[in-house]
Amino acid sequence: MIKTINLHKHFGSLHVLKGIDTHIKKGEVVVVIGPSGSGKSTFLRCLNLLEQPTDGEIIFEGVSITDPKNDVNLQRQKMGMVFQQFNLFPHMNVTANVTLGPIKVKKMSKEESGALALKLLERVGLPDKAEAYPKQLSGGQKQRVAIARALAMEPDVMLFDEPTSALDPEMVGEVLDVMKDLASKGMTMVIVSHEMGFAKEVADRILFMDDGIIEEEGTPKEIFENPKSPRTKDFLGKVLY
Amino acid sequence: MDLEFLIKYKMFYISGVQNTLLLAIFAVFFGVMLGVVLALMKLSKKKILKAIATAYIEFLRGTPVIVQIYIVYYGLPNVVPFELPDMVWGIVALSLNSGAYVAEIIRAGIQAVDKGQMEAARSIGMPHNMGMRYIVIPQAFKNILPALGNEFIVVVKESAIVSVVGITELMYRADTIRGITYKAFAPLMVAAVIYFIITYTLSRLLGIVERRMSAGD
Repeated sequence: MIKTINLHKHFGSLHVLKGIDTHIKKGEVVVVIGPSGSGKSTFLRCLNLLEQPTDGEIIFEGVSITDPKNDVNLQRQKMGMVFQQFNLFPHMNVTANVTLGPIKVKKMSKEESGALALKLLERVGLPDKAEAYPKQLSGGQKQRVAIARALAMEPDVMLFDEPTSALDPEMVGEVLDVMKDLASKGMTMVIVSHEMGFAKEVADRILFMDDGIIEEEGTPKEIFENPKSPRTKDFLGKVLY
Repeated sequence: MDLEFLIKYKMFYISGVQNTLLLAIFAVFFGVMLGVVLALMKLSKKKILKAIATAYIEFLRGTPVIVQIYIVYYGLPNVVPFELPDMVWGIVALSLNSGAYVAEIIRAGIQAVDKGQMEAARSIGMPHNMGMRYIVIPQAFKNILPALGNEFIVVVKESAIVSVVGITELMYRADTIRGITYKAFAPLMVAAVIYFIITYTLSRLLGIVERRMSAGD
């Protein structure tokens, strides 16, 4: 579904991604782990071109999105994105946050998008917050609304950029539960996360990134129980205790 | 203090206030239009637009208003082939000046909106312009409006300076009364008090609007 070929990213003189080749298949849940500064967030943000790769190619559903001839806005509609800092629209209530994309981008009617929003808010467990504004919500609730907002575009893949890193510990569970539910329904997901327990449980494949490359990849069993690379071992030794 | 002149010349003050308000309202109105264009140019990715806007803003903010007024009032009529009333030249001069300040207010207001907002808009498939329109501008507006109100107050005060080219606003009228009566203190004090009433009222109104807006947050 998403294929990256020799993906490179420079920020000025900083070489952040040093050639990423991977293939994310339909229905697959891929969790990207690695130390901070390893380029995992940059990699994720390249997938929907929030960061423009300096070299290489990304092919999404057979279309090269790095080719400037192709309309990136069209491709982004099919890729949901969830941010660490939620990035809800603070001047709109929850329903408006969720329906904005369907109404403005997909030209869906107000009634239809309203029904869709209600369905999605039920799915993330927040039907009673439809009229609330983002600042009235807790972090966990905000992130669940952000997931509903992304799902409202009916994407083929969901990208999660450290979705629980800005949350108080007691709210991590509610967000992970929503993500587990998504995974169990067959959604293709790419998740940058520090939640190793979650990664072990839901991932079909783990990518361990370090210093701009995929150092090691494999099933959670392979990575967590029998890591081959010394750097993977070192990292896991620090985060698993 | 002998206030007899007040009764005799009250029409001077009234028409002066009218012209001062007219000058300020039009100058801010056109200043905002110019400011929006300049701000968009300055935020644009096209280097040439950015350079023009930056040069304009820096030049207008880095030279005295009175020089600008002289240039517009005495200089421009030589190069444009039509005649306009003095008031219009006054408005032009103040608008050109105010536009530079408004541009910076708007640019700062837009840039103060968190970068993640545009990213979120883009990631639901919105083109850049749509993201600006529905997400960034409405939030920037909250940052911009109070500063624009302040700019209006500044322009009310600065408009006094166009009296030097004979535009019959409040300051010019007060000075006329001084010339007629040979009294300086009282007529000018009255003008000062009128300016203060206008600016103080405006800043109070602005305070109310700001409180309303933050209540809606």
